[in-house]
Amino acid sequence: MPAIPAKLIEDTARELMARAAIDIPPDYREGVRLARDREKSRLARFVLDEMLANWDIATAERRPMCADTGLPRYYVKLGNEAAVEGGLVGLEKALRRATADATASIPLRPNRVHPLTREDHNNNVGYHAPEVTYSIEPGGDWLDVTTVHKGGLFGTDWRMLFPGDGIPGIKRFFVDTLIESGKRGLACQPAIVGVGIGGSKDTCMRLGKEAACLRAVGSRSPDPAAAALEQELTALGNHIGIGAMGFAGTSMVVATHVELAHTHTGGMPIAIHQFCLSSRRSTARVFPSGTVAFRTDPQWFTDYYRRQGIE
Amino acid sequence: MKEIRRLDDVRMDEVHLSTPVSAEAIRSLKLGDVVYLSGALYTAREGVYRQVVDKGLPLPAGLRELTNVNFHCSPAASVRPDGSYSVEAVTATASFRFGKSMSVWFERSGAKTIVGKAGLTELAYREWFVPHGAVYLTTVGYGLGAMYGRSIKRVLDVHWLKELGIAQACWVLEVEKLGPFLVEGDAEGRSLFALANHEINLRIDEVYKTLPPPALSRFGEVLSRKDEVV
Repeated sequence: MPAIPAKLIEDTARELMARAAIDIPPDYREGVRLARDREKSRLARFVLDEMLANWDIATAERRPMCADTGLPRYYVKLGNEAAVEGGLVGLEKALRRATADATASIPLRPNRVHPLTREDHNNNVGYHAPEVTYSIEPGGDWLDVTTVHKGGLFGTDWRMLFPGDGIPGIKRFFVDTLIESGKRGLACQPAIVGVGIGGSKDTCMRLGKEAACLRAVGSRSPDPAAAALEQELTALGNHIGIGAMGFAGTSMVVATHVELAHTHTGGMPIAIHQFCLSSRRSTARVFPSGTVAFRTDPQWFTDYYRRQGIE
Repeated sequence: MKEIRRLDDVRMDEVHLSTPVSAEAIRSLKLGDVVYLSGALYTAREGVYRQVVDKGLPLPAGLRELTNVNFHCSPAASVRPDGSYSVEAVTATASFRFGKSMSVWFERSGAKTIVGKAGLTELAYREWFVPHGAVYLTTVGYGLGAMYGRSIKRVLDVHWLKELGIAQACWVLEVEKLGPFLVEGDAEGRSLFALANHEINLRIDEVYKTLPPPALSRFGEVLSRKDEVV
């Protein structure tokens, strides 16, 4: 079986960095346009009109849409039959090189600093940076590389709820989180809100993040209980009375994505993440033949990824 | 002119300012006015404040005379191999974190206009801004990085690039019609977000009516650290 060339992965990852930073995914853009059309608040509507214009300028002039280019990171889905030149160490080397190069060439903001000394390498590379998260898909000789650029200071929270808190408890925590960071627009809403429920604490944190960043607007959970909750939470979020930039209004949530993990019988851990007005993601499928197919829907949550049976 | 008491009273008048912004222009800004800036401004946030406010280092020469506009911002920028600079996108960072530095900063820098993200409280404006004749403009979005970025005409200078890194350095920028910004804190210390929050708060009890408190509380929800959380 021919291996996927490491250089091809590096070049592709560099291109993904640029596409993510510059081009807003069409599914999110359409969601914001609909939120704008529903919005009655003059100030919130003004904000969304300017955002729509900003995305056009970014694409036309090849400038990053937002100067906070987040913490650039990767999600890699490996086809079960895929082989990479230099193995997975070669893959990771390529992704780190691409991150440093793209930081200078696009440019991205070198956000990554030592958390204590605050020293900046000016290249977004360092301890555990960029993060690379893996998943596996049966039957493919390709690999999918997705990059996500997400700012990270506001709009995320975690809580240990209990079975007795039930759906009303989930809704309360959802509203708490949205109001907390929605005032003054700290969360840069309207957002794609990812909700991870269950698993261990770190599982729900990871799933909530992936639900916000790696599912396209318009997708629905295949789990009927989760799908119903997604609709209810979106309606609830837009009913709070907060719009874009924290002006009184309705444009708070573009979509809610709920992802589940089987959890401890005594607990119901939950994490909420909000992907902002610069919901930046870009994906490429890289084949051993050298073909690269770019897209904006990561297709991260496959049936296999959400599997629940033994086999 | 009608006094602004609620969001609906905001006129969103378009205002064009040139730097340094005059005291008269600052006094005439109304909450919610849509502002565009031309001239020169510089970026300064916690790194620069650490140098000047905490360590007491002198302000870069000529900065005070050049402009009185401080942008709470880190650009998406890089230094090209030939030593020139590439600044492609600029957006603001949340300003509330810098409140405690502002009073000394205003004295040392002569800044009268802060451009940032999400503003500060009316209390902060009255304590730290009003005595120095300063106002606050909020960026819009947030995230108009490309729109703001194309208004940058030139990098005039960069200070503390080596000491603070690209993101925290003091970038002195020449801009043309940089905006839109919204007047968030006026010369009297009133806040546009305070008006918004007042209207949001009127609905909060209604929103929470069917949402019960959780079984287990957290510090913060109980007011004393001696209280039980269960």
